[in-house]
Amino acid sequence: MAEPLISVDRVVKTYVMGDVRVEALRGVSLRIDEGEFVAVMGASGSGKSTLMNLLGCLDRPTAGQYRLDGHDVAALDANALAALRNRTLGFVFQNFNLLSRTTALENVELPLLYAGVPARERHRRATEALARVGLGERAGHHPNQMSGGQQQRVAIARALVGRPRLVLADEPTGNLDSQTSVEVMRILSELRAEGITIVLVTHEQDIAGWADRVITMRDGTVRTDERRPPAAPEARP
Amino acid sequence: MNLLEIFRVAWRALLRNKTRSFLTTLGIVIGVTAVIAMVTIGDGAKARVQQTFEAMGSNMLILLPGTTTHGGMGGGFGSLPTVTWDDLRAIQTELAAVRYVSPNLRAAAPVVAEDQNWTTSIFGVGADYFQIRNWGTATGSLFGTSDVDAGSKVVLIGQTVATQLYGEGIDPVGRTVRIKGVPFTVVGMLESKGQSAMGQDFDDSVFVPYSTFLAKIQSGLKNVIAGAVMIGADSAENTRKAEEQVRALLRDRHHLPEGTDDDFSIRNLTEMASGVEQGTRTMTLLLAAIAAVSLLVGGIGIMNIMLVSVTERTREIGVRMAVGARQRDILLQFLVESLTLAATGGAVGVALGLGGAIWLASSFGWPILVRPGVIVIAVTFSALVGVGFGLYPARKASKLDPIQALRFE
Repeated sequence: MAEPLISVDRVVKTYVMGDVRVEALRGVSLRIDEGEFVAVMGASGSGKSTLMNLLGCLDRPTAGQYRLDGHDVAALDANALAALRNRTLGFVFQNFNLLSRTTALENVELPLLYAGVPARERHRRATEALARVGLGERAGHHPNQMSGGQQQRVAIARALVGRPRLVLADEPTGNLDSQTSVEVMRILSELRAEGITIVLVTHEQDIAGWADRVITMRDGTVRTDERRPPAAPEARP
Repeated sequence: MNLLEIFRVAWRALLRNKTRSFLTTLGIVIGVTAVIAMVTIGDGAKARVQQTFEAMGSNMLILLPGTTTHGGMGGGFGSLPTVTWDDLRAIQTELAAVRYVSPNLRAAAPVVAEDQNWTTSIFGVGADYFQIRNWGTATGSLFGTSDVDAGSKVVLIGQTVATQLYGEGIDPVGRTVRIKGVPFTVVGMLESKGQSAMGQDFDDSVFVPYSTFLAKIQSGLKNVIAGAVMIGADSAENTRKAEEQVRALLRDRHHLPEGTDDDFSIRNLTEMASGVEQGTRTMTLLLAAIAAVSLLVGGIGIMNIMLVSVTERTREIGVRMAVGARQRDILLQFLVESLTLAATGGAVGVALGLGGAIWLASSFGWPILVRPGVIVIAVTFSALVGVGFGLYPARKASKLDPIQALRFE
């Protein structure tokens, strides 16, 4: 069997805040194969955000090993991590994190800018990505001229424009009403159908229901890890 | 991300805060303007001083009879005429470093032409006088040693006098003027020398051979010279030597014992010129240094605003890092922003500084000297200020932890 996309082996993450040591992760082991749609659930403080930061190569584990696409992340320097984030990963945040006073198109172009893609190509791919999330007409709009759902779709376009293998979504529907949440989740499951691996953090059972594997965390450890038979998207809540 | 892209991103970030960017740049504009203006004006003043001294004469010593201080009392030069005609001949014949010697006798009298008269300074001088002062004629010719020996009634007139007597553009050569009732033939009109540093018009004067001056205009004293003696050294390097030789010769001839004051004084114009030049240069340097301080203040302004900008845009930095910006990309972005602020300020400052300096120089009537080196230095310096003061905020931005930056409210 081929190496999994994500392989987390007994990972520990400890933060030192003044005199206090906070053990955010206490020996987490996980394998996520290419093409899975995984939801991570858990109360706040359960370590799921820390896990996401690690999976997103924004942070390195204190102990244990994290291999992403065969690379030992702990062994990589800051530039190599930046390159991984740029080429292999896409992020979707709860608060969208779009650059204000910058058009939707330019927001989507951002990863390509750092990848060194020439302007014409960048423009073409960003336009495609925006069309992909149904915002082809809104390319020239600024984030403050868009609704929350539209902003999150711009963020998804930004996450997928670099053709990543893994999209990490941290409470992507946390700031959205249920109607727009469904739109966003539909786009994510479409991405998954195209073979992109998706890891999603959420509080909501409904949202987790879109995934075919749900991991529950508590006190820095994995409590449950259940797979469900994949269902047709229409059949889902 | 290539450099052009970085510049584009930086430029757009700056345009997002137009007022702030403008005010920040203003600090650099003022600094560079001040430096350029001060240095250019200083150069102009120096050139003006040089011009003035060149107009007075080159390699020139002025020997003034009578001591200027006598037992602590300033008697004023000429108060005690002590230099004799024999002294003058001795200076002329005995001293190696001396090339030209001429008495400089002065009287004020009206010069009368056919239907006009003009009161001006009448100078009695030798033929060497014009060599010492580097003065030639515009029309006609100078008088020579033979005219001096013969006591010829010839006169050279300055351009102001010619204009007053005959009007603009009339050649006075060959005409006759009367001074104290004595007819003189105009043999030449001198070149224009303009004004001295004190505003005295060099062209408002006429020159006759000193022998004729003594015989016909102002007889003076028998053996001593009632005026100054102009001495030309044989080279600029030798003016100092010539001064010492003249002093030694005169002390010897006047039998002054060791330790007593000179009964004459010698002014060394070359040394005065370099003294004044030194003063001007020091002044220029001082002003430029003060101006440079304002440039420094401008740089601190840039640093301040860049720090504010980094804090304000912490989340933007986090987003850029999350999508794959390397530390180097972030560093360059902020560095290029501060560089753009400073360089724009520098360019505007150069334009304003030169404009201001040219305007000031022309209103003072000074020559305008623009040293390209100053412009290069000012622009380079402001760019260095931009990079130097931008480095700290830019490093701060690039060292941000992406997780912290993304959480920043």
